[in-house]
Amino acid sequence: MRIMAQIAMVMNLDKCIGCHTCSVTCKQAWTNRNGMEYVWFNNVETRPGQGYPRRYEDQEKWRGGWELNKKGALRLKGGGRFKKLAGIFSNPKLPEIKDYYEPWTYDYKNLTDAPLGDDYPVAQPRSQITGKPMKIEWSSNWDDNLGGATQYGDLDPMVEKTRQQAADKVQFAFEQTFMFYLPRICEHCLNPSCVASCPSGAMYKREEDGIVLVDQDHCRGWRMCVTGCPYKKVYFNHRTGKAEKCTMCYPRVEVGLPTVCSETCVGRLRYLGVILYDADKVTEAAQTEDEHGLYEAQLGVFLDPDDPGVQRAAEEAGIPFDWMEAARRSPVHALISKYKVALPLHPEYRTMPMVWYIPPLSPVVDALTETGHDGEDHANLFGAIDTLRIPLEYLAEIFTAGDVGPVRSSLEKLAAMRSHMRAVNLGDRPDASISESVGMSAVEIEEMYRLLAIAKYEDRYVIPTAAVGDAQRLEESALPDSCSLDYEDGPGMGGEGPFGGDSGNTTTGGRKLLPVVSVETFHLTKRRQTADDPKESP
Amino acid sequence: MTTLIWGVLPYVAVVLLVAGTIWRFRYDKFGWTTRSSQVYESKLLNVASPVFHYGILFVLAGHLVGLFIPDSWTEKVGVSEHTYHMFSLIGGTFAGVLTVCGIFMLLYRRRTKAPVFKATTRNDKLMYVVLLAAIVLGMTAKLTHASGDGYNYRESIAPWARSLFTLSPDTYRMDGVPVLYQIHAVVGMLLIALVPFTRLVHMFSAPVQYLFRPYVVYRSRDQRRLGPRPERRGWERTGT
Repeated sequence: MRIMAQIAMVMNLDKCIGCHTCSVTCKQAWTNRNGMEYVWFNNVETRPGQGYPRRYEDQEKWRGGWELNKKGALRLKGGGRFKKLAGIFSNPKLPEIKDYYEPWTYDYKNLTDAPLGDDYPVAQPRSQITGKPMKIEWSSNWDDNLGGATQYGDLDPMVEKTRQQAADKVQFAFEQTFMFYLPRICEHCLNPSCVASCPSGAMYKREEDGIVLVDQDHCRGWRMCVTGCPYKKVYFNHRTGKAEKCTMCYPRVEVGLPTVCSETCVGRLRYLGVILYDADKVTEAAQTEDEHGLYEAQLGVFLDPDDPGVQRAAEEAGIPFDWMEAARRSPVHALISKYKVALPLHPEYRTMPMVWYIPPLSPVVDALTETGHDGEDHANLFGAIDTLRIPLEYLAEIFTAGDVGPVRSSLEKLAAMRSHMRAVNLGDRPDASISESVGMSAVEIEEMYRLLAIAKYEDRYVIPTAAVGDAQRLEESALPDSCSLDYEDGPGMGGEGPFGGDSGNTTTGGRKLLPVVSVETFHLTKRRQTADDPKESP
Repeated sequence: MTTLIWGVLPYVAVVLLVAGTIWRFRYDKFGWTTRSSQVYESKLLNVASPVFHYGILFVLAGHLVGLFIPDSWTEKVGVSEHTYHMFSLIGGTFAGVLTVCGIFMLLYRRRTKAPVFKATTRNDKLMYVVLLAAIVLGMTAKLTHASGDGYNYRESIAPWARSLFTLSPDTYRMDGVPVLYQIHAVVGMLLIALVPFTRLVHMFSAPVQYLFRPYVVYRSRDQRRLGPRPERRGWERTGT
């Protein structure tokens, strides 16, 4: 067992209202730069929809992620090492900027500089790529809220798949259509195919927290990672010629703060926490032959932080105590492994993604209520799940490689929670059969309710800091690491400084060293502060 | 003049190549990239770029063989002058045609596709002029002297090139060389000197190590990055 820790995320799609605050704050924090105009490390897609970049889920076209070869071993879908190197001079599977969208700005200057005339001056859209006037035809979010779904809806690769199995399940007629929002960031996978695709070895997964990053000094711009990532969450900065991607806001996470997208989420739907996993089992799990088995296989890779064996192994592996503590309190671990309501995004790509989703139930409740039924009655709800306007099959194509079982189970748990809590809130005695029918105890349901519905800040984000183990060293580094007199031949360097030395014993040679911070203790400080005679203090 | 061009210039070019590459590696790792423009336009590039790159690799191999393998060696293995010439003519022309076609397609793409042209720096333009000149001159020199057994550069240019290693180059060997070859060689040296200062540096990062490393790379967090960074040389704060 090679135990490793990972900062993972769960998003509760039930609560996503598609406000794009996460996208905007992320953009402001990370990608409002030249060369990154078209890049959204975090984007929110309306599903059904084509996504961003368009139809990125169509892996027969884009060749992202892994597949199994004839022997049943993992192989990059984009081709093995030799194929990658032989084709390094161009990358036929690279999405162009137009597959994302052509970024633009407006010619605002014209509003003030236009000569006097009969017409009002207008700010023409200008391409940020060519600088020329352009016609705006697509954006990162053109089909938001099903915009154009009657025309473009059929282009969603997952709609195509669902229709193959359940012909009439996905409707785009106004009365029968459905939608939900899917916020997406980098999945920080356990088996990242972008890292595996990078010829330079510039992409890496951090040992301590599993965050996948690009080393900007080593990236040589071969662009294989863009193709390798099936979620298309590695982007090419066309000004610097380097790959860039979601960093999981590691500078924030390292000091215990949630990512920008989580922090600013108005729906409070994101959860961040530690997950422990066995790195030795990852490849085996990713090689699970049956795609439907991949979800369970990934669950099998995760370790239970309450297991004494795991705790011992973690200690031996050097995982700090506060990380273990965080793993025990991790909301992400609870939603994924304990309650099993969160599901991975496209496990069939075999990358073992680490941003999971709780499938949306709310549209079911709304739809039921509209038909005059009691939308929170569990019998009605359970029945309705199978006849959802969001077809189970569609959700299953997204979250479980087409296996409706786990999706139904997750939605039933959410439905049971609603019924149970309604009884509690109305002062009724909750019907024990409801919780039993989904295999949970009343206490568990109420705990889950607290996590999902109350969703306190400190429950949603349980992030151990990077450096508690390093606390002492950090404490010293919080002080300036050099003295302001430490210039060349200055007094701090043992020189006499520009004004010559004094006559005491503090100059060159007999220079009295200031005590370094390590010897400072609470008692010493106190003695210094309270001593009557300066000689008493050290 | 002979000494300057055939005795000094080669060393200047090599020194610039080596020192320049070291300098670039130390001070501009961030700028060390292919600067790909594929996200702007990929249809033409998917054809032109492999054609050009495979062509130029062929050309490079041809130059190495032609300049640094003495004819006495090839004769010992039993390759006659005529066979060698035919081989060099056919192979060289094939590679040359690939390269020339490739670079013209690339240039056409660069000029006509607006986003690509907009991303072209002055440095790129200079590089393209020299690169194109070197390729076209080489091709012209080869083909204008193709009749019969052609011009036998293995008795003049090649020994001169090898004599460079002795640090006392036989500059006289370049005296009778056709002018086209001479110009090609000078432009070639200029190109070598330019490599570290242009996007051509990407040739030194051919990712051969990809074949040997494990797929997933793990790295530990940079310990120095917790807390304030040490100041880098050249970035010390002034005053106080």
